[in-house]
Amino acid sequence: MTDVTTHEYDVVIIGAGGAGLRAAIEATRKGATVAIICKSMLGKAHTVMAEGGAAAALGNADPRDNWQTHFRDTMKGGKYLNDWRMAEIHAKESPDRIRELEQWGAIFDRTPAGLTNQRNFGGHTYPRLAHIGDATGLEMIRTLQERGIHSGMEVFMEYTVRKIFTNDGKAIGCFAYNRADGTLHVFKAKTTVLATGGITRCWEVCSGSWEYTGEGHALAYWAGAEMGDMEFVQFHPTGMIWPPSVKGILVTEGVRGEGGMLRNSEDNRFMFNYVPEMYKPEFADTESEALEWVQEVIDGKLATKRRPPELLTRDVVAKAINSEIKAGRGSEHGGAYLDISWRDEEDVRKKLPGMYHQFKELAGVDITTQPMEVGPTAHYVMGGVKVDPLTQETTVQCLYAAGEAATGLHGANRLGGNSLSDLITFGKRSGEYSAKAAAEMDGWEEIPQSEIDDIIAETLAPFNRKGGENPATVVNELRKMMQEKVGIIRTKDLLIEALDDLNDFAARGKTTSPGGSRIYNPGWHQALEIDAMVDISRMCTMAALAREESRGGHTREDFPTPNHSHWGKINSVIMMGESGEMVLEHRTYPPMRDDLKDLLDASDLHEEEE
Amino acid sequence: MGKDVTFRVFRGEPDEDGDSCGEMVDYTVEMDEGMVVLDVIHQIQTEHAPDLSCRWNCKAGKCGSCSAEVNGKPRLMCMTRMSDIEEETPAGQPVLVKPMQAFPLTKDLVVDVSWAYELNKTITPLAGPAEFDWNFQQNEADRVQEFRACIECMLCIDTCHVLREHKLFDEFAGPRFFVRLANLEMHPLDTEDRLASIKDEYGIGYCNITRCCTDVCPAGINITDNAIIPLKERIVTEYYDPIAWVAKKIGLRK
Ligand SMILES: Cc1cc2nc3c(=O)[nH]c(=O)nc-3n(C[C@H](O)[C@H](O)[C@H](O)COP(=O)(O)OP(=O)(O)OC[C@H]3O[C@@H](n4cnc5c(N)ncnc54)[C@H](O)[C@@H]3O)c2cc1C
Ligand code: SF4
Ligand code: SF4
Ligand code: FES
Repeated sequence: MTDVTTHEYDVVIIGAGGAGLRAAIEATRKGATVAIICKSMLGKAHTVMAEGGAAAALGNADPRDNWQTHFRDTMKGGKYLNDWRMAEIHAKESPDRIRELEQWGAIFDRTPAGLTNQRNFGGHTYPRLAHIGDATGLEMIRTLQERGIHSGMEVFMEYTVRKIFTNDGKAIGCFAYNRADGTLHVFKAKTTVLATGGITRCWEVCSGSWEYTGEGHALAYWAGAEMGDMEFVQFHPTGMIWPPSVKGILVTEGVRGEGGMLRNSEDNRFMFNYVPEMYKPEFADTESEALEWVQEVIDGKLATKRRPPELLTRDVVAKAINSEIKAGRGSEHGGAYLDISWRDEEDVRKKLPGMYHQFKELAGVDITTQPMEVGPTAHYVMGGVKVDPLTQETTVQCLYAAGEAATGLHGANRLGGNSLSDLITFGKRSGEYSAKAAAEMDGWEEIPQSEIDDIIAETLAPFNRKGGENPATVVNELRKMMQEKVGIIRTKDLLIEALDDLNDFAARGKTTSPGGSRIYNPGWHQALEIDAMVDISRMCTMAALAREESRGGHTREDFPTPNHSHWGKINSVIMMGESGEMVLEHRTYPPMRDDLKDLLDASDLHEEEE
Repeated sequence: MGKDVTFRVFRGEPDEDGDSCGEMVDYTVEMDEGMVVLDVIHQIQTEHAPDLSCRWNCKAGKCGSCSAEVNGKPRLMCMTRMSDIEEETPAGQPVLVKPMQAFPLTKDLVVDVSWAYELNKTITPLAGPAEFDWNFQQNEADRVQEFRACIECMLCIDTCHVLREHKLFDEFAGPRFFVRLANLEMHPLDTEDRLASIKDEYGIGYCNITRCCTDVCPAGINITDNAIIPLKERIVTEYYDPIAWVAKKIGLRK
């Protein structure tokens, strides 16, 4: 019999990024006993890597901004597939969540009036992103971490959760192993919050770390939760492309917010050729107008000109770069040139210190004098666990989800900066409602021993397999396959092939042998992640195959245009069927309130086509 | 491009007394252009040793996970380029990679830094304003933003002789936490006073300003001059300056 330690908490939070930490702070404040579990050490979750800023309509940098405009921008950027109820809550509540961070010690850059400064980003009508240079995620996670450690939450770091136990459609706890010493743990929980971040590690070129294998998404799916919008993966237009070892590492959109220009090998500022109809009225159509806009922003004036097309939404810019490369106008190493060197050297270093450092150290490029080379990188998943917009409860009772793990706010495409504010807005709500629900429960449910035994056997199985493949080989090949067949541009044939390939990967995943012991063994850890990667990749592929149109983060070569009257109004939902098979449905959100509809651009809604 | 490199990497676990116990193992892999040390470690995992332990996350110097000692120098493996390492490594010699030596070993390149997390909890948190009504200028922000750039890589702790050689982990908070304390003490919205604990519990007096910590900080924080020395000065003024002492007694200062 293998030793297992059992723990009991009112609320167990899986994930210690911005969403998980904010949830923990709120749940402890409501009086719950809280465990927070994370795969890396505390303070090292993905949130730490966020660069550009957190979007909230504070109206400090431009008093014309308000929640209504933020709501409108988020819906438009999401191509109207967002859950409008979440977009409304987010636009209204995010300003106070940002102020709260400052109250707890965060120090964002200031306006001349001594308020939190805000910068421009793609798809945001006004300068809206609170930031500290280009290290905003560090500021957010450190602030929440320092607040959190005094809140009474118990931290279990370097633990990986492998299963959420359910009884009668209700989450009752989870199973985890300790990555450092290999010990096994059962957490009994009255309520559980999933704040496990994203899945982009399923692609070869991505901005994510080893943590982003989609285990969190898979945990929810395996527990019976409904997953939404999984075809929508954001390829960020600007990842590093050279040298090979840094391929995919993010170059913040802040570069373009500060006036960075995109050019092709013919020295052409190509984004002017890619402005979609729906955005034409808002974007400059000449280089001189674009430059005047940047000058107004640098001078701290309210912009009166229209913005440069580099600040279009990410889906548009990524596809434009992709088209330029395909047309043979790529940069030396097959990307586009992104140039900020025309701005004052001091300003570049002050506003983009991380980028300066990153290119200097990793690529030997001085961005104050030379252009960067950039190309698309898998960056964010709009899809995730479906949640109640108010409470963040999933379709599994007592299981909540927040942050990148949840879906709804971003629709078909996320605006930059809307994730960090999503984390704190809905992280707070998930903490609040999970604690409230826990307070109404008497005790913990018993977790059947047989289920515990099963998951232990599965967890230790890789050690009993000898002579199999190195798990890293399987993972690397899976990522290559997804890049090729379920990447930024998709076609029916390749998607069907991908589904076949995934069956092979699933089989190979069951035969890898990592060797070594249970003590801090990355090979073992990786062997255990393959099942999740396969199921997550399947969800994306299945949903992508079904959506026969192009919209936001999903582009089909065989259906290159959006189909507003049909696909523009429905979201994909994936769940596990009776016999364990993956089932796909399409659904609509409830109709939007008229007062909110009035905030949107009527011509975008295509109601006449109904 | 395509050149081979040999790494001599520490492999081992603590023995029953908690002391490091292991050996240096040679691995040879082929290098690609622009690689950093962490890429080579990953290559070794893929080709030779799936169970080789090491921490990493961002691969871009932002998370402070991948700290180790490369050729005897504490640094981030993800920000150390192989081209620089090749230059500094004597011809024909392997590149040496060891875990941080000041901390207890977990396995291979991974060490146990729980001391740091425990210590952090003892620091009096920020006491900020109750209402959303503050206002401060960029120059006030500048003073502390430098400290907030800390990625908690613990390289400064690994370097500081007070901890590395003298093992005064119970008496001395170490450079990382003086950075944190300076951040709190100079924070424009904070109203707490932590000077007594900085002097007594956190033992700032042990620091003899060798500046080794500043030299290794990958976030470029001027730890000694901007955090430690100003804290030391505040303590001198508070506790050892006779005029300030009298002023305090008769109620002219808090
Ligand atoms: C380089 C980069 C820059 C970005 N810049 C911005 C930006 O400027 N603005 C913006 O709004 N967004 C930005 N984003 C996106 C944003 O940072 C992320 O979407 C966000 O941080 C996700 O936060 P989270 O709390 O949902 O999850 P994360 O911060 O990813 O945390 C997930 C947590 O879950 C844990 N976890 C996962 N699986 C398990 C498991 N099985 N068991 C136990 N624990 C588990 C992890 O260990 C981790 O603690 C950026 C992303 C990247 C990669
Ligand atoms: S300056 Fe002080 S804290 Fe820094 S390494 Fe030297 S003794 Fe340690
Ligand atoms: S102060 Fe510098 S060296 Fe020390 S932990 Fe922070 S970033 Fe690392
Ligand atoms: S991996 Fe994040 S600092 Fe090296």
